[in-house]
Amino acid sequence: MPQSSIKDHLYESQLFLSRAIVSGILVILVLLLLAGRMFYLQVAGHDHFTTLSKDNRVKLQPLPPTRGLIYDRNGLILAQNLPAYSLEITPERTPDVDATIQALRQIITITDEHVQRFHQLRTQHRRFDSIPLRVRLQDDEVARLSVNRHRFPGVDVKATLLRDYPQAMQTAHLLGYVGRINERELDIIDISNYSGTSYIGKNGVENSYESLLHGQVGLQQVEVNAKGRVLRVLENHSPKPGDNLHLFLDIDLQRIALEAMGEFNGAVAAIEIKSGGVLALVSKPGYNPNLFVEGLSTEAYAALKNSIDKPLFNRAIRGQYPPGSTVKPFIGLAGLEYGVVGYHQETYCPGYYQLPGKEHKYRDWKKWGHAEVHMEKAIVESCDVYYYELARTLGIDRLHEFLRGFGFGQPTGVDLAGELGGLLPSREWKRERRREPWYPGETLIVGIGQGYFLSTPLQLAAATATLANQGHHIRPRVVSLIEKADGSTQQSPKIIDDLKQLEPIHWTQIIDAMTQVIEGLRGTARSIRSDNYRIAGKTGTTQVFSIKQDEEYDEETVAKRKRDHALFIAFAPVEDPQIAVAVVVENGGHGGSVAAPIARKIMDRFLLKDDT
Amino acid sequence: MREMPRSALSFQESQPARPLGLLAWLHIDLPLLTGLLLLAFLGLAVLYSAGDQQMVLLNKQMIRLGVGFAAMILIAQLHPQHLRRWSPWIYLLGILMLMAVILVGEQGKGAQRWLDLGIVRFQPSEMFKLSLPMVIAWFLADHRLPPQLSRLLAAGLLTLLPVLLIAKQPDLGTAILVGAAGAIALFLAGISWYLIAAVGLSLAALGPAAWYLMHEYQRQRVLTFLNPESDPLGTGYHIIQSKIAIGSGGVGGKGWLNGTQSHLEFLPERHTDFIFAVISEEFGLVGVLALLCLYFFIILRGLYIASQAQDTFSRILAGALSLVFFVYLFVNTGMVTGLLPVVGVPLPLISYGGTSLVTILISFGILMSIHTHRKLLPT
Repeated sequence: MPQSSIKDHLYESQLFLSRAIVSGILVILVLLLLAGRMFYLQVAGHDHFTTLSKDNRVKLQPLPPTRGLIYDRNGLILAQNLPAYSLEITPERTPDVDATIQALRQIITITDEHVQRFHQLRTQHRRFDSIPLRVRLQDDEVARLSVNRHRFPGVDVKATLLRDYPQAMQTAHLLGYVGRINERELDIIDISNYSGTSYIGKNGVENSYESLLHGQVGLQQVEVNAKGRVLRVLENHSPKPGDNLHLFLDIDLQRIALEAMGEFNGAVAAIEIKSGGVLALVSKPGYNPNLFVEGLSTEAYAALKNSIDKPLFNRAIRGQYPPGSTVKPFIGLAGLEYGVVGYHQETYCPGYYQLPGKEHKYRDWKKWGHAEVHMEKAIVESCDVYYYELARTLGIDRLHEFLRGFGFGQPTGVDLAGELGGLLPSREWKRERRREPWYPGETLIVGIGQGYFLSTPLQLAAATATLANQGHHIRPRVVSLIEKADGSTQQSPKIIDDLKQLEPIHWTQIIDAMTQVIEGLRGTARSIRSDNYRIAGKTGTTQVFSIKQDEEYDEETVAKRKRDHALFIAFAPVEDPQIAVAVVVENGGHGGSVAAPIARKIMDRFLLKDDT
Repeated sequence: MREMPRSALSFQESQPARPLGLLAWLHIDLPLLTGLLLLAFLGLAVLYSAGDQQMVLLNKQMIRLGVGFAAMILIAQLHPQHLRRWSPWIYLLGILMLMAVILVGEQGKGAQRWLDLGIVRFQPSEMFKLSLPMVIAWFLADHRLPPQLSRLLAAGLLTLLPVLLIAKQPDLGTAILVGAAGAIALFLAGISWYLIAAVGLSLAALGPAAWYLMHEYQRQRVLTFLNPESDPLGTGYHIIQSKIAIGSGGVGGKGWLNGTQSHLEFLPERHTDFIFAVISEEFGLVGVLALLCLYFFIILRGLYIASQAQDTFSRILAGALSLVFFVYLFVNTGMVTGLLPVVGVPLPLISYGGTSLVTILISFGILMSIHTHRKLLPT
């Protein structure tokens, strides 16, 4: 500070002081102005404003928009809004809430569950909010209530639109459901747009497309009496209803897939190859989404959540299963493409495989071996030893790179929330997650789709579609068309992410081999051969280790839950692929006998429009 | 400072004149803390009523207050010289973040203000209420005051850059507050009255140009401000309802939790920007005057601290921060009472909401730091 001197400091300090005093005076003047304004409003204008406040009758009320509908590919309604009467209580206007509920029980059915749910909702609402006690009242109940209405101050029967899923079970996981907005969601949504709306999409399509389905809130200017009751509507700004969604889904395929699964749990994913559209996405067991709209009691919810069959779990996009032998065509393709093996080149399979210099025997599923095996035979008969050798030659790095191109180990990017990406192991993954180096033996296990390798049914279907398309990869999507309230429509985007160019002959060779899985005399899925069109596929059977030793089940259940998972991937027709299917049947046993017939039924229905 | 007389130092060593104890050790100014705590508690009580007695709102606000007061005490520990040294860097960082908001920021209700930093969503425009007075104080305190014209121009540019970036988001309320913060710092630095008059006149002339640059909704606000009844269903509704709530409160008010206008939901935004109307309705003129006195006391204490500060940087900064607090108060109460247009500025320390609460409390942390880190000189 060259020019700083005592004198300057003194001067600056005085300069500041004068400015501060001026500011202080300004502050006082402005505060006086404010006080004057308050005096003007509160003293001089008091009578005027009191009158206004007493007949302050004009109030703004939100008009909630109607939620968009959801259709399947044939225009069948999957989600709609049905008018329903609900019984609501406003605690502030009800002298004794508990006594009122007891008295209401004499007139209509109210279970303990309803009461419990009401009290639960009550804690989340303001005391002058109207809280539902029962929804979906029957007509005769409405009649009885209106006769007795004078006895119950603060009790209202309200007409509302309630979300309804006519296909219930069949679309539960895919569509999800709407439920009451909870506290966490309140932080995310635009509160003013949701004023008047009490439901929000919780899962599936209802959740991923919430912003489109919900629409824009409207406003009405209403005249109310001193208690806030609406007397007259003065002005109306209509709400903008939510967009309707048309899905690629074919509800028939969905139903057939569910039925074909029989008593088993598992998942099915079917994709329209040309569009990437999801034709069917089944997770079994399902649940009834309509129950969630009304609201479940804590016990009922806990029962669903804790059920050993995990009905709330969406196996199709969140179930991560070892893909087993279904990855063999992809690995075979890698072998051809990297030039480490010829299509006709033979290997000898003695029924086991040993790494050079190691004692450990990696077993084939066929104890006595497949003898001389070339690639076609290795796919048709699902020879493990061939793939141990191929995987070893390729090495984990090339395997990882190639399989990743088909979408393994990452979410498919389908327009559904909560999708998981499976697991495609690699050296880096193991170093980061397990802090261990990669062992050569683990490469062998990846070669037969086991070990750390996990994938979701949707991933398998998408990879199959890409294979059928010879590398032309289209991101799977559920919604095909968005229909705005004004009638205009918008196609959902077709997102293409092609594989790098492979040798065309390699595709044909692998697809030929997959066709022989169904058409060959020793094919593992020869039972589903069709006379009407040609199918290419691959079976898989994977071991289940997941049973916990300390859990107590009766013997039969244990035995059933230890049984192998059955898998099958397929596409058809071979000449002009239209549909790709992936089936995972939990504890189903063998892929060829259990999973393949399910895929056949779906393809029949889609390709032949066969009504049987 | 280097050539401070030795006697001063020895005086300090021999006779500690500063009050000892926890408050002094924590660098807390008791009068300020008392005023702020009073305001905060009053705010919680009003919020309980305005938020329809929802404990959820109250709990969230208490957490924010906790964070705010903790930040205040933390900042008070820093020596003002550190703040001075960091001033240009904080300013630079802020400008970078404002640009980031424009490029990648999150949309919210038609404006782009937020930057998502993973754990917290952050409004970079908010920090300029602090960093602009800091950087101007830093810039001007280096040289002889009153500043030369060239330095003044540079300081003007320092102010204009963030103001324009914030107005572009668009966030008129914050842009006004930040602009005021810069102007106040310049005023306190002692720019000549002629210059002030000239700038005032040219601003008045620029009014029509500003009108042209405004967003549609901002023009709407000015129009409804001039004539609220012209749009009773839209923006004017706020002002009309707010005046009714205030006026019907009268001298004594309707009593806590008894405000009819707010509880029958006539009054929108009653727990955020329009909370002053709830206070006026429930506590009447008496309550409002008491509240204004409390604010006045805090502002006065801030100006006192500024006048006691020992270097130019601290003086300008402390003065500017106290007066920015006052601008907050005036813009909000002016809006609620219909004196000023509707601009989204919260009532300081009372309105529900997080970011500005923390900024304000940090600014008081700076004031406390300036006041409690003084070197004691013989009087």
